Amino acid sequence: MAAVAEQVTSTGLRSASAGRNPWALAWRRLRRNRLALAALGLFLLLIVVCAAAPLYAHDVAHDGNVLGPNLNGTTIVHGKVVPVMQEGGGLLKLGETPIGPTWNLHHYFLGADNIGRDVAALLLYGGRASLQIGICSALLCCIVATIVALIAGFFGGLADAILSRLMDVIWAFPVYLLAISLATELLTHSNGIQIGFLHVSATSLWTPTVIIAFIYVPYVYRPVRGQVLSVAGKEFVEAAIAQGASNYRLIFSEILPNVVSTVIVLLPLMIATTILTESALSYLSVGVQPPNVSWGTIISDGQDLLYTRPWVSLAPGIMIVLTVLALNVLGDGVRDALDPRAKLRVR
Amino acid sequence: MLTFIIRRTLWTVVVMFVITVVVFFIFFKTPGVDPARALAGRNPSPQTLAEVRAQLGLNRPLVVQYGLMMKRIFITRNLVSYSDQGQLVIPEIFAAAPATLSLVFGAAIIWIVMAIVMGVAAARLRGRIYDPILMILALIGLSAPVFWIGQVANLITQGGLHNSVFSWVPPLGYTSFTVSPLHWFTGLVFPWITLSILYIGFYARVLRANLLEIQTEDYVRTARAKGLSEQRVLLRHTLRTSMITFVSLFGLDFGALVGGGAILTEVVFGIHGVGFLTWQALQNLDLPTIMAVVIYGAFFIVLMNALVDIAYAWLDPRVRPA
Amino acid sequence: MADPLLDIRDLKVSFRTDDGLVRAVDGVSVSLYEGETLGIVGESGSGKSVTVMSVMRLITDPNAQFDGEVIYKGTNLMGMSQDQIRSIRGAGISMIFQDPMTSLNPVYKVGWQIEEQIREHEHVSRQAARDRAVELLTAVGIPNARERADAYPHQFSGGMRQRVMIAMAVSCNPDVLIADEPTTALDVTIQAQILSLIKKLRQDFGTAVVLITHDMGVVADMADRIAVMYAGRIIEQGTQRELFYDPQHPYTWGLLGSIARLDRPRPRRLTAIPGLPPSLMQLPAGCAFGERCAHRFERCRETPLLLDRTGTGHLDACHLSAQQKQDVRDRAIHPELVEERP
Repeated sequence: MAAVAEQVTSTGLRSASAGRNPWALAWRRLRRNRLALAALGLFLLLIVVCAAAPLYAHDVAHDGNVLGPNLNGTTIVHGKVVPVMQEGGGLLKLGETPIGPTWNLHHYFLGADNIGRDVAALLLYGGRASLQIGICSALLCCIVATIVALIAGFFGGLADAILSRLMDVIWAFPVYLLAISLATELLTHSNGIQIGFLHVSATSLWTPTVIIAFIYVPYVYRPVRGQVLSVAGKEFVEAAIAQGASNYRLIFSEILPNVVSTVIVLLPLMIATTILTESALSYLSVGVQPPNVSWGTIISDGQDLLYTRPWVSLAPGIMIVLTVLALNVLGDGVRDALDPRAKLRVR
Repeated sequence: MLTFIIRRTLWTVVVMFVITVVVFFIFFKTPGVDPARALAGRNPSPQTLAEVRAQLGLNRPLVVQYGLMMKRIFITRNLVSYSDQGQLVIPEIFAAAPATLSLVFGAAIIWIVMAIVMGVAAARLRGRIYDPILMILALIGLSAPVFWIGQVANLITQGGLHNSVFSWVPPLGYTSFTVSPLHWFTGLVFPWITLSILYIGFYARVLRANLLEIQTEDYVRTARAKGLSEQRVLLRHTLRTSMITFVSLFGLDFGALVGGGAILTEVVFGIHGVGFLTWQALQNLDLPTIMAVVIYGAFFIVLMNALVDIAYAWLDPRVRPA
Repeated sequence: MADPLLDIRDLKVSFRTDDGLVRAVDGVSVSLYEGETLGIVGESGSGKSVTVMSVMRLITDPNAQFDGEVIYKGTNLMGMSQDQIRSIRGAGISMIFQDPMTSLNPVYKVGWQIEEQIREHEHVSRQAARDRAVELLTAVGIPNARERADAYPHQFSGGMRQRVMIAMAVSCNPDVLIADEPTTALDVTIQAQILSLIKKLRQDFGTAVVLITHDMGVVADMADRIAVMYAGRIIEQGTQRELFYDPQHPYTWGLLGSIARLDRPRPRRLTAIPGLPPSLMQLPAGCAFGERCAHRFERCRETPLLLDRTGTGHLDACHLSAQQKQDVRDRAIHPELVEERP
């Protein structure tokens, strides 16, 4: 029945959309999807806000370092100077409790963490790390997976067999455990790791980026390889072969443009996944390493303060939910826009 | 069917072998790694280092080293944790397994039921406002980090409300079923919900999309044309075919969770399962434990993969070998 | 004439899409009498499938809108509740679909699928339903029916699957059998077998048949009466004889001209209708076929109604008078015959 409706529609649409570039059509569809546009707007806003972290942070910087401990610092609440670390409650006045949210946009908006750092500033800097790792690892993963898929799908035979089996093995590992194994290995190299001329120090943000990109390669590889195989069998590719096109031309001008849409549909969803994975690894202390912070490390540190200063944990969690939700909604929108089956949609 | 199962089992064994080799290389043969140093924990004495080297047979050929390691894991089961001298790793994993299984089984029941209810409801109510509302809820569930949901749950049940509404929730941790079935249950309620939220979101979305896709299939039209009720069309024709996808996804996720994927939930709720064990090992960089857990986890996943393939053949006659 | 078994009155079906309203069926009226075969002919997108699917109320697209009546045995199907229409589907009116490869559920045995339909409409035991299914499978020419009933659809060839579909469709002795392009997806030799099977069942069971096709050859062989659809409307309707020997609408001439015939001198080339069907979203004012019609004149700017212009009960929707049509027709259908005339 959908087939009937589709047939009807395609007849009906003939004059409206004939000869139009599919990308332009997809963009037009995406533009009509207000929810997806709002999600895109939110995601970009989060990036801009996190990128603008220093604008907020210059107010709360102590000793010129926002991310260092500030156990003896002070701040201003209602015009009064108060210490950031306050005396513990209870009869014994044991330990110290960091200051709670001031709700003042200039100092300690969300309070302090257990070493006196401004949680709002951490949130913005942590967001930079989380977003950077998320976006870079998703891009890296997609690029690597696409290259591998092109090689496997185009050349087939032995290349395909070896690469696909390799992907199967990576796929067989529990995602987090594989990441944890790799991370523990890399972290035990206190000098960092040398890949060719590339040097990555153990505490660099690139360590989790590369690990996360690596573990998700099979997840992108499978659908892209499928798409390469299906495109490679299409008539226009055979026509190009008949014209004597080189492998280079076949891959880059015939096949690649036709698998790019699959990768683009996957990209927002991959960024969502990599951001979640980064936070999980950081929560388990094998992701972002000090002195860097990310949303995951803040939640991890906030666990000790959960019942006294819940905002330390709540705030980064909300940021993650917002970011990932925006990406998922955007991903749905992109898929609907690029998927021709989404033609008949409820208005 | 039998030859198919045999072939699938053989392939499973091959994958398991490759996994042990890969893990062996990750932990022992990464360029520049001194496994003895890594295995001996932080700041080992030269004496410990030497002992460890001898134990591992690091001066012997690669194959022998691999064989020795596998023997310790699978046959003699005397791989020793280095952060806690004398603790045998393999029995420790088996001791932790019931907690993980309790957690994952319970969560799986919740997520299957909820996902089917939500997915079917959304597909049935398509075109009405409930469909997008259900799907946004599913998407939110899919977007929240599980450990953070766990923290929020703890904040609510162990924080201010612990003395009133949630006084029935025991303190964090796991009580074995054999010790107290009631505490086992009450202690797991929130971990179950927490762990299942992500999967409810994911499965409800997959199921809805799948149902809508299958509803456009010709054979569903045939079923309607036969005069079957919407109910029967949905349950016997649409949902039955959707279950092929559903079951294969479920097998993989279940395998991944039992194989260590529940680590985040276990850590945030202090449930001493396999994941928690891994996390503790991570804190001490206790490589033997991590390695053993990774191998066991991977084995479980590979095993579930094989079962899924066999179940798949059982559910879908088209791929069933004649 | 007796009351029709199935009477479609001014049926309209449209789909809302992102780009506007698609009028798939635009005021179709046609009747089916007991025991006869009605052919509905038209190219893809002409609305013939949508028409019969709407009769069965099988269009569930939330964007579809319906208008008009379908009277079956004195009741309007369009106004029925879901439960009422269900008791008609499969029992009173049943349907065979175009693609036998995808129309059977791949995960159930074919025998079970037939039993399911029988047990839905009749209170019989499983065993009785089973026996009936096997009987039906034998009747449609499946060898070893008792064993084959336990096979899955993918273990049958396309033609055999269509036989299973037919067995299923006639399992509850329906009054009306709707066959939606039953042979389009099959090989030519199998096509003939399936068509003669439908013919035989019609004779044996006295079922009235609605046969949808784009193939004039199929209706020539099967149909008692024929309706030709174009852009969501019926543009000509008459008996099989009338349609083939005295076609009134220029579109029908085009369809007839595009079949190769062995009983006439070989034409130099088959004539094709120039142009494409119009977009159902922006139908031109007046005759929908106007833009492609060689005989277009002033009046074609007004929409022609489906009227009896010959006085014989043969309906057509063309403004040309019967005489004018006769004058230009032969040249339109078989230009080579006319040219060769001295």
